[in-house]
Amino acid sequence: MNLTLHVWRQSGPRDEGRFETFKPEGITESMSFLDMLDLVNEEITVDGGEPIAFEHDCREGICGSCGMVVNGVAHGPEKLVTACQLHMRSFSDGDEIWVEPWRASAFPVMRDLVVDRSSFDRIIQAGGYVSIRTGSAQDANAIPVPKPNADRAFDAAACIGCGACVAACPNASAMLFTSAKAAHLSYLPQGQTERLERAVGMVAIHDEEGFGNCTNHGACQEVCPKGISVDYISRLNRDLLKANLTGVEPGD
Amino acid sequence: MRRVLSLFDSTVGKKAVMAVSGLILFGFVFAHMAGNLKAFEGQESFDAYAQFLRDLGYPALPEYGVLWIARIVLLLAVAVHIIAAIQLWSRSRKARGSRYRKSDSQVFSYASRTMRWGGVIVALFVVYHLLHLTTGTVHPDFEYGSVYANLVVAFQSVPVVLFYVVAVGALSLHLYHGLWSVFSTLGVQNPKIDRIRRPLAGGVAFVLFAGYVAVPLGVLSGIISL
Ligand code: SF4
Ligand code: FES
Repeated sequence: MNLTLHVWRQSGPRDEGRFETFKPEGITESMSFLDMLDLVNEEITVDGGEPIAFEHDCREGICGSCGMVVNGVAHGPEKLVTACQLHMRSFSDGDEIWVEPWRASAFPVMRDLVVDRSSFDRIIQAGGYVSIRTGSAQDANAIPVPKPNADRAFDAAACIGCGACVAACPNASAMLFTSAKAAHLSYLPQGQTERLERAVGMVAIHDEEGFGNCTNHGACQEVCPKGISVDYISRLNRDLLKANLTGVEPGD
Repeated sequence: MRRVLSLFDSTVGKKAVMAVSGLILFGFVFAHMAGNLKAFEGQESFDAYAQFLRDLGYPALPEYGVLWIARIVLLLAVAVHIIAAIQLWSRSRKARGSRYRKSDSQVFSYASRTMRWGGVIVALFVVYHLLHLTTGTVHPDFEYGSVYANLVVAFQSVPVVLFYVVAVGALSLHLYHGLWSVFSTLGVQNPKIDRIRRPLAGGVAFVLFAGYVAVPLGVLSGIISL
């Protein structure tokens, strides 16, 4: 396949950044998008240049490391896949492809396509956990959980923290991520005790980190590789409003 | 009160404030539309309706009492709605930081993308509309109290009618996205409502649009005349 690739290059957080154009050779349809970038990087290294920095780990769509905006869409044109699971057969010969990092002030670009997503960790630290001693694993059906709730909790827990929701949101809001991380606990009995203070704590840090507000566009749900539903946002809103109106503070 | 004010601290709380003030404004917009349709009943009935609004609550309250209370509530709702919108808008701009070279806006509905500018158009229209038919400042031949006559004269002009249709269109789009968002923003979680909220919002927005354009078009086509 012959492609024209425009990749965002930025040497560090303070660099302004610019696009660099590549015309890689030897790309085949069965390559993944990251394989293709590897190939480009080999060429760059042979020519003595700096390879394109991008994050990756599992390359099977489960770790959430990889992520880039391909032709204006987070994780590229295919639905329900991460960039590592996107294949070149989704493009046609002669295509021009623009590759950019996630753009959000809460995700500063470290280098090329690599962004710092530690703001997500801080949202989790603000309440995305259950503070009880767990001991050894319980008997599986010691605590009954209604099947629909178990399913909803499980669907929410599928979030891999990739950040595509933020990248796609016109407000750079992280409400899809935050709400999924709250919901996988709030649907389960173990998550009830801290439910409201969790909502207050996580939303407060979400805002503090500089993410925008949700305006119900639904762009996050469109690009989310795990199909997380915006319904979770509504659930988090409800918990937060309840907490506000009953005077629950974070850490109560 | 402190709790209500603390709502304003978070983005989610600000959105809730926008949702509630938006609902109040929506209630007014709907009642206003329904009242307008009285124009089809002729001059007497329409002017009597206007008088009824002025006298509402009288003698328990002074004349114009309810009218002014409603105006103050609406003004407050508008103020809160706009302040929260501007604060959130500026937050979002900062949150994006640098812009994408390429962005695919197909994932957003037209109504959601035009929410902010649509809101600005509606706000400007409301100012014009008040100067046009409430104070009469920009009306060619305004006579205080002759509501029906003022209306008929106002809509003789095609450009004025066109402007109304565009503004009401912007209002309907704004309300379409606003109405179905309200459920999510206020955390209504009911699968039955979830399923119908989009068509419901669409239907209500359409009824509003149709109801509002009916009067100016009725004047232009001569169905409503002096
Ligand atoms: S909600 Fe979806 S898009 Fe957002 S971080 Fe989780 S997996 Fe990624
Ligand atoms: S590399 Fe793990 S999800 Fe893509």
